[in-house]
Amino acid sequence: MQSFPMPHDDPDHPHSLLPPEPALRVKALETILAAKGLIDPAALDAIVDTYENRIGPKNGAAVVAKAWSDPVFHAQLLEDATAAVSALGFYGRQGEHIVAVENTPGQHNMVVCTLCSCYPWPLLGIPPAWYKSDAYRARAVREPRKVLADFGVTLPEGTSVRVWDSTAEVRYLVIPMRPEGTEGFSDEQLSALISRDSMIGTALAAEPAS
Amino acid sequence: MTRVHDMGGRFGDGPVVPDAADAPVFEEDWHARALAVTLACGALGQWNLDTSRHARERLAPKDYAGFSYYEKWISALADLLVEQDVLTREDLAGAGPEAVHRLAGKALKAASVPGVLAKGGPADRADGPQPRFSAGQAVRVRVPADNPLQDGGHTRLPQYAAGARGYILRLHGNHVLPDSNAHGLGEAPEPLYAVRFHARMLWSHAEHPDDEVVLDMWQSYLEPL
Repeated sequence: MQSFPMPHDDPDHPHSLLPPEPALRVKALETILAAKGLIDPAALDAIVDTYENRIGPKNGAAVVAKAWSDPVFHAQLLEDATAAVSALGFYGRQGEHIVAVENTPGQHNMVVCTLCSCYPWPLLGIPPAWYKSDAYRARAVREPRKVLADFGVTLPEGTSVRVWDSTAEVRYLVIPMRPEGTEGFSDEQLSALISRDSMIGTALAAEPAS
Repeated sequence: MTRVHDMGGRFGDGPVVPDAADAPVFEEDWHARALAVTLACGALGQWNLDTSRHARERLAPKDYAGFSYYEKWISALADLLVEQDVLTREDLAGAGPEAVHRLAGKALKAASVPGVLAKGGPADRADGPQPRFSAGQAVRVRVPADNPLQDGGHTRLPQYAAGARGYILRLHGNHVLPDSNAHGLGEAPEPLYAVRFHARMLWSHAEHPDDEVVLDMWQSYLEPL
């Protein structure tokens, strides 16, 4: 059996050579790397701009709205979500293998990554702090209903919960149930009801304003 | 024995606190910067995603627990840069040479960012062993939940699922095996399955008799029942 030393298993981690205050730690490392030509600050700006302004939950909401309104797309999404969302232009890093899971009156789906923070970036953007928190990672698999209660969601007794722990490179998108009273809505009107959390499974789609 | 990051099912973490509807994507500018520096360094091509996950997992437990999310990222990145001979300890201490680095030609340019992020890095592979299991089949997760190839190595088998009985839900195809790929032992792709577990088989006090947990499990994580 091969056994390499684990350099970080000694207490003398190299990161301790950087300033301890996190903002200064990031700045220090960025400065060191830029001085050596290993990173281009303009590229960093472009990455931040991508996830701050261009890729976010509106992508996922467009997918869900189309699934609600277009039966052919709905079938394609359940059959091969990667191909279906790619056709809408939503493919990329941390979204190379997408599976869509659909909520029904009998089953509610909810997604977590207990081991780190895996999340479908091209569809939902960068995960929120709560998704990455120890509390969510620890509790979602053991007591999903109590976690849902933290979000103000109570499921009917007849609805089972299926929690998807994202342990591989497959990223799960929850298709929430389409609310009553939305017949004839345009995709744009529908997508306004589809929150980020409803596509993670910690919320339901919003009811239309009466 | 797994590491501190393997926290599924743990008690004592308190409530989940949802964010405000208008919360920014990055709470602090340095969060955004930490993410961007990490992605840009990944583009140097000196390690893979599994290696970088393992670097975060190998933070000392007191650091893993005490650091905020992006503090873990930036600290593990610094460790990885030294471990992979990209930077030296002297560099991190601010005492290294300022000469242009041998890898500078690989630096990610702004113009390439959209293409690199859109391209991604698929983990599925055409080749691999034949699938041993089919949909609906009962399986048992191997015990213990550690890496058989590398002592203290990376694995995506959470402790809470070790030894549990589950049922194959679907086959995802052959995927790169993190237990191998994280350690430079090759991609070793294997069939990857979504496996369904009754919550009551994982927890003595499951909330509801019909609740389930699904995990993605590589073939070598599973035994036939």
